[in-house]
Amino acid sequence: MNVFQFIVQNHGEVLKLTREHLWMVAASMLLAVLIGIPLGILITRKPGLNKPVLGVANIIQTIPSLALFGFLLPVPWIGARSDRLAILALTLYALLPLIRNTYAGISGVDRSVVEAGRGMGMTDRQLLFQVELPLAQVGWANTFFAESRW
Amino acid sequence: MSTSNENGPVIEFRKVAFRFAGGQELLKELNLQVRRGETLVLLGRSGSGKTTTLKLINDLVAPSEGEVLVEGRATTQWDPIRLRRGIGYVIQDAGLFPHFTVERNVALVPTIEEWPSDRIRKRVSELLQLVGLDAGLANRYPRELSGGQRQRVGVARGLAADPPILLMDEPFGALDPITRAELQREFLALQQRLQKTVVFVTHDLREALLLGTRIALMEAGRLVVALPSREFTKSSDPLVQQYLDAFGARSNGDRT
Repeated sequence: MNVFQFIVQNHGEVLKLTREHLWMVAASMLLAVLIGIPLGILITRKPGLNKPVLGVANIIQTIPSLALFGFLLPVPWIGARSDRLAILALTLYALLPLIRNTYAGISGVDRSVVEAGRGMGMTDRQLLFQVELPLAQVGWANTFFAESRW
Repeated sequence: MSTSNENGPVIEFRKVAFRFAGGQELLKELNLQVRRGETLVLLGRSGSGKTTTLKLINDLVAPSEGEVLVEGRATTQWDPIRLRRGIGYVIQDAGLFPHFTVERNVALVPTIEEWPSDRIRKRVSELLQLVGLDAGLANRYPRELSGGQRQRVGVARGLAADPPILLMDEPFGALDPITRAELQREFLALQQRLQKTVVFVTHDLREALLLGTRIALMEAGRLVVALPSREFTKSSDPLVQQYLDAFGARSNGDRT
């Protein structure tokens, strides 16, 4: 039996699992973006947090997935259903590249451009949304390509 | 920006020192006044503290000791956002936003000041004309312009909200000599019309003599002398002499 015959014979199951997979990826991606990007921005503003935040995200990255499931299984609400478990694990793994690339993207924006904006009276918020984030976009594109895990 | 003291200095440094957290001292005991309508040139070699002096005025750095007064009020007492929006800022290589068109770059301060859009559009075309740029360039991006054009956009952006004070940090430093001479001439003509209070940073003695009504020479974080341009070349101060020598302009009153 080749792959195609298998898919045709089990199309109901394949479709169901594909849907589940997509839902888990979408949910974990959304969560990771909601946590990772603000954290990445935060560490450009508070340099003291840079090392601890990236350190923790780095450590998470080194935990093998099987071991991570082992850690998470006993956690009450999370361990009760396999999709919650998978979403949390995927979220945790996605954090490091998101935080790091947000940080790298913003830090890589030409300082003289940012300082010109600040010198002309832009608020921190305006600088972030009108200058730093738009110019950091290249770093973000890299994040999504780097996430072959998904 | 309100003008509380019409005749007093617009900018005043009082015993200002600046050092980094590590302790390295960039400025020592700086006392200097900038009068309304003059073009004060901060002249000095790299690392002499000129740019730091400039950034103290718009509160991009805060003094470690002493105070900097703008319109009679210490920069630390100003709301930094209000202070900066009342001061035009033009830097080397223009510091234009690469993802903004010329029009949006020039309109930056009016936009964050929330002017109505038709007033902004009118102001932008007025400014482009003022700095000698074709209106057709309004929708171009900075990378599509020549160095001279970018620098003109930088000047237009600095003037956009009609600030009484203009800070210029080596604005023409990155240009070829011919374009630089052209922009210097236009700056003089512009300044004659607008009568801004300008603080201009350069290491180029010729530029200082050409543009400045007064020249303040800085060396290793200290102010050496501040003299009217006419008297500067006649100063007997050894550091002034050294600077004149470097530019081959020692003979008295020689302006070239």
